[in-house]
Amino acid sequence: MPDIRNYTLNFGPQHPAAHGVLRLILELDGEVIQRADPHVGLLHRATEKLAETKPYNQSIGYMDRLDYVSMMCNEHGYVLAIEKLLGITPPQRALYIRTLFDEITRILNHLLWLAGHAIDIGAMTVFLYCFREREDLMDCYEAVSGARMHATYYRPGGVYRDLPGKMPKHVNSRVRSRKEVVSLNAAREGSLLDFIEDFARRFPTLVDEYETLLTDNRIWKQRTVGIGVVSPERAKALSFTGPMLRGSGVEWDLRKKQPYAMYDRVDFDIPVGVNGDCYDRYLVRIEEMRQSNRIIKQCVEWLRKNPGPVILDDHKIAPPTRVEMKEDMEALIHHFKLFTEGYCLPEGEAYAAIEHPKGEFGVYLVSDGANKPYRLKIRPAGFAHLAALDEMCRGHMIADVVAILSSQDIVFGEIDR
Amino acid sequence: MSAIFRLKERIETLFPHFELSVSLAVGELTLELPRKHLKKLALSLRDEPEFKFELLVDVCGVDYLSYGVSEWETDSTTTTGFERGVVSGLKEQPPEFKEKARFAVVYHLLSIAHNHRLRLRVFVDQAVDEATPIVDSVVDIWPSANWFEREAFDLFGILFEGHPDLRRILTDYGFIGHPFRKDFPLSGHVEMRYDAALGRVVYEPVDIEPRVLVPKVIRQDNRYRKPIDPPPPEQGDQHA
Repeated sequence: MPDIRNYTLNFGPQHPAAHGVLRLILELDGEVIQRADPHVGLLHRATEKLAETKPYNQSIGYMDRLDYVSMMCNEHGYVLAIEKLLGITPPQRALYIRTLFDEITRILNHLLWLAGHAIDIGAMTVFLYCFREREDLMDCYEAVSGARMHATYYRPGGVYRDLPGKMPKHVNSRVRSRKEVVSLNAAREGSLLDFIEDFARRFPTLVDEYETLLTDNRIWKQRTVGIGVVSPERAKALSFTGPMLRGSGVEWDLRKKQPYAMYDRVDFDIPVGVNGDCYDRYLVRIEEMRQSNRIIKQCVEWLRKNPGPVILDDHKIAPPTRVEMKEDMEALIHHFKLFTEGYCLPEGEAYAAIEHPKGEFGVYLVSDGANKPYRLKIRPAGFAHLAALDEMCRGHMIADVVAILSSQDIVFGEIDR
Repeated sequence: MSAIFRLKERIETLFPHFELSVSLAVGELTLELPRKHLKKLALSLRDEPEFKFELLVDVCGVDYLSYGVSEWETDSTTTTGFERGVVSGLKEQPPEFKEKARFAVVYHLLSIAHNHRLRLRVFVDQAVDEATPIVDSVVDIWPSANWFEREAFDLFGILFEGHPDLRRILTDYGFIGHPFRKDFPLSGHVEMRYDAALGRVVYEPVDIEPRVLVPKVIRQDNRYRKPIDPPPPEQGDQHA
């Protein structure tokens, strides 16, 4: 009889299923997990400390780089905290644009999550399908901000500029045939809103496509049903938020319960799971994509009918237009002061939370009256989820760790900050 | 919004013995309390049916060492010329900020049942000496505090009494110091590079000098000057 001992396995940080740079120390009894100890911090960049040394506006770009698959939602949380302390409300059109782009971001995030989750469990096709749609949404980002990912589009007091009247088009190249370019450009002849509308029209069918591949798939169900079950009480105790909490059957969505931007004016439903396992979390996120699509349609409709300013006209906070600066000395001074020294926030503290695609993303801002934050604390959604990984994995097989981990929708840019 | 005034009132009437200082600003309720009452208050906030703060959203440390200290005097702008590159040094703090302890731990609570939020702030004892602040751990009340407290320990060096596993979490293995303290330089103390001769990565003292590109300026902005009379309760609505 050979001597059988517990075995310690090092998982990551270079493992493709480690979602970036997770190092996991697994204690195994045969193939059963006894303890999982995540080592995080390999992507720690001290974003919060860096923000303490910069004027408020210069840190918006750092927010994109936190959770680098839901960029504008991070910006939203940060900008909201500043607006709360300043006591300002952006123009309505800006709020609708934010709502629109928050939902585009949610779909972007859920598509990447679905792609990663599926490929972790072994479904290759879904990965390719999801990236096809992500491409269109990133083009929306590019059209509106000039950057495909790190947009820095939301600003205190509104958004940087209005939605463009035309979409950038593909041009002929050696890698694409003329026919291909024509078909790619078909939806890009009109404005950005036309393009988004076309996407929103196509998207429900595409979600059906992913679902035919997964929802009733026998292998998919075997890998996810009954895996990583969390009860609603436990989910609350472990500070789960977002789809993780809703997957466990708690109806909680900040967009409904503590509405920000224009979420109290749009119509959508909150999907809720029943069993709290990986499969329910999958279903919740799939349904959230459909609901986001509904919100996008409503925002597009409103934005078409209601032109107007997209940022406040207060040049102490928002820069003046180029045209104004050419003619007005005061506008030029405002521009210079705003971009060199920034603006001061009144002394105090504020916590702004938004319903990020991964859960509650909070920004706690302490100001001592200066032009830089005194303390900025980012409350990442994934941090609490990953902290619960040990509890969720215990007693499961080693292959389930990958399924549970990817069902949490972990991104290290946000956890390590 | 009236819900938050009701909550404030209930907390003030129910917990007079906890030496609370309750404040309401930008639509958020903050309780400041001494360390010795933290666990008892936390337990009743979680369990009493009218509070039900079952979710601990966040725990974070705050270092108040240089609170209210600006790096650049704004009064003498025109006389001394325009100098952007300022060497950062800790100046003397205005006396009104000096009374309290240096470190605070801030807890953000959320009640799903009642849709309330609450902030607790505990100024920590610096029991052993100036450098080791201690506060009680709330892991046994909210299990999710585990990692958040580890983070506050790692970044600020705040010790949590009763924490089951107080290890560093975000910084490197073998890191020395607590990087988010205000007296820790932004560029850190050590840098690392690959040494071809030794065939391994070596650590050396940093060779960059920390400097400030945009100075921290505290301005009196008339728009945000506090009104002489307290605003009527309806004022809070615009921040909701």
